[in-house]
Amino acid sequence: MQVTMTVNGNEVSEEIEPRHLLVHFIRDQLGLTGTHWGCDTSNCGTCVVLIDGEPTKSCTTLAAMTGGHEVTTVEGLEVDNVLDPVQEGFMQCHGLQCGFCTPGMMLTARALLDSNPNPSEDVIREAISGQICRCTGYSTIVRSIQWAAEHESAVSIGSPA
Amino acid sequence: MQVPAPFEYERATSVEQAIALRERLGEEARFIAGGHSLLPMMKLRLANPEYLIDINDCTELFYITEDADQIRIGAMTRHRELLDSALLAQHFPIFRDAEKVIADPVVRNRGTLGGSLCQADPSEDLSAVCATLDASCVIKSTTGERVVSMHDFHVGPYETAVGDAEMLTEIRIPLKPNGSSAYEKVERRAGDWAVVSAGAAVWMDGATIAEGRVGLAAVGANTTSIGPVSEILRGATPSEELYQQAGEAAAANCSPQTDQRGTAEYKTHLAMELTKRALRRSVTRANGQEA
Ligand SMILES: Cc1cc2nc3c(=O)[nH]c(=O)nc-3n(C[C@H](O)[C@H](O)[C@H](O)COP(=O)(O)OP(=O)(O)OC[C@H]3O[C@@H](n4cnc5c(N)ncnc54)[C@H](O)[C@@H]3O)c2cc1C
Ligand code: FES
Ligand code: FES
Repeated sequence: MQVTMTVNGNEVSEEIEPRHLLVHFIRDQLGLTGTHWGCDTSNCGTCVVLIDGEPTKSCTTLAAMTGGHEVTTVEGLEVDNVLDPVQEGFMQCHGLQCGFCTPGMMLTARALLDSNPNPSEDVIREAISGQICRCTGYSTIVRSIQWAAEHESAVSIGSPA
Repeated sequence: MQVPAPFEYERATSVEQAIALRERLGEEARFIAGGHSLLPMMKLRLANPEYLIDINDCTELFYITEDADQIRIGAMTRHRELLDSALLAQHFPIFRDAEKVIADPVVRNRGTLGGSLCQADPSEDLSAVCATLDASCVIKSTTGERVVSMHDFHVGPYETAVGDAEMLTEIRIPLKPNGSSAYEKVERRAGDWAVVSAGAAVWMDGATIAEGRVGLAAVGANTTSIGPVSEILRGATPSEELYQQAGEAAAANCSPQTDQRGTAEYKTHLAMELTKRALRRSVTRANGQEA
């Protein structure tokens, strides 16, 4: 079947099998390997992308179901060589070690800050509670998101800090 | 990476179309709502439908509204909307209690009330919530609609009253005066399924309980409400002794199994303790004190 959706602002139209999960479609068919896959049980959250701005586990969504919707992957965070404040925050505050969970963490952070520019630490922890990090530890991830909240406007209109 | 077996995909944009598709495609077809129970099962080949009918574009199924004497919730209402609803928080705080501990925020963005009830997993939290609140389910087909109680909706584990050519469209919860409710869940880690959970609801008549209900999850085949507990509560004055008595009745009327989440003995203990806590909180809330 044919599926058409917007990915990181660009319309894509591809032939797919109905059983293809969105994570396969993004990685294998579009070649956007920033979206990771880490489990078969919908538990790890490394596959999180934004669908119409909402964090969604792309391993538990069919590509077919996403037809007509807008998808944002980690590749869509940087615009015109300017990092998203969330990306900058992860760099500044050591929000990653191996980087495996990072794409999903950053997209959830982006969606959180879009709806709540000043989240408390508890709200940040709750927002990322569906995503597992096995090496950095959550404290620096939380700090990275707080950094992004504090630098939101500064970074997005200027050049990287 | 596990992928579902091949199937054909159809998208319905209205309830009418969804039901017509279901009728035409027959028993090999399934609806897909949030997909957060069905797709994991399909990856494991525990479900192998030949057709999936996507109902996410059935916009008429997304609502939470108040009628004269009931709250009506559309089957496609997602966990996150149930969690955020001020209307539900006002009338049935049990929803917010439960939704805070169902899965995780990302799963809650997709999973739906209708999908949860139709999945009929014995550990399903919303089935326990709806049973506690004496909800009823509206089931539609091409020939009309019928309304069944949660008791009749739940036929057994993973089995509901919804037939092959039918669709769950709405959940109705009766509004009765001076009531409140609460939910208590014990889980091994954040976002996990319940070891055991208990919902309670009470409707007061002055200082006594006019009606009380308790529903449990993860303690056996059925999550419907527990009749003997309601009998103990009817007309009784709230006290620690009453909660104890109700808790013991709840424990005596469930049949948990030993599994990786705990022993049957531990779960029976939880059934008693969580029933007590949920009842205590419901009464405190019904009396206008936040708990
Ligand atoms: C990691 C993870 C953790 C979870 N933890 C919990 C938890 O702690 N507690 C809990 O209660 N749940 C939990 N869940 C389950 C979650 O709540 C699911 O979203 C829910 O059980 C199913 O909802 P859905 O909309 O995704 O249904 P789907 O998966 O789309 O559908 C489930 C079944 O219902 C049928 N169906 C759906 N809608 C209708 C309809 N309107 N009419 C007729 N049939 C219909 C489908 O055909 C399918 O058979 C968890 C899920 C995941 C992935
Ligand atoms: S890959 Fe683990 S939740 Fe999606
Ligand atoms: S950075 Fe390695 S898993 Fe999170």
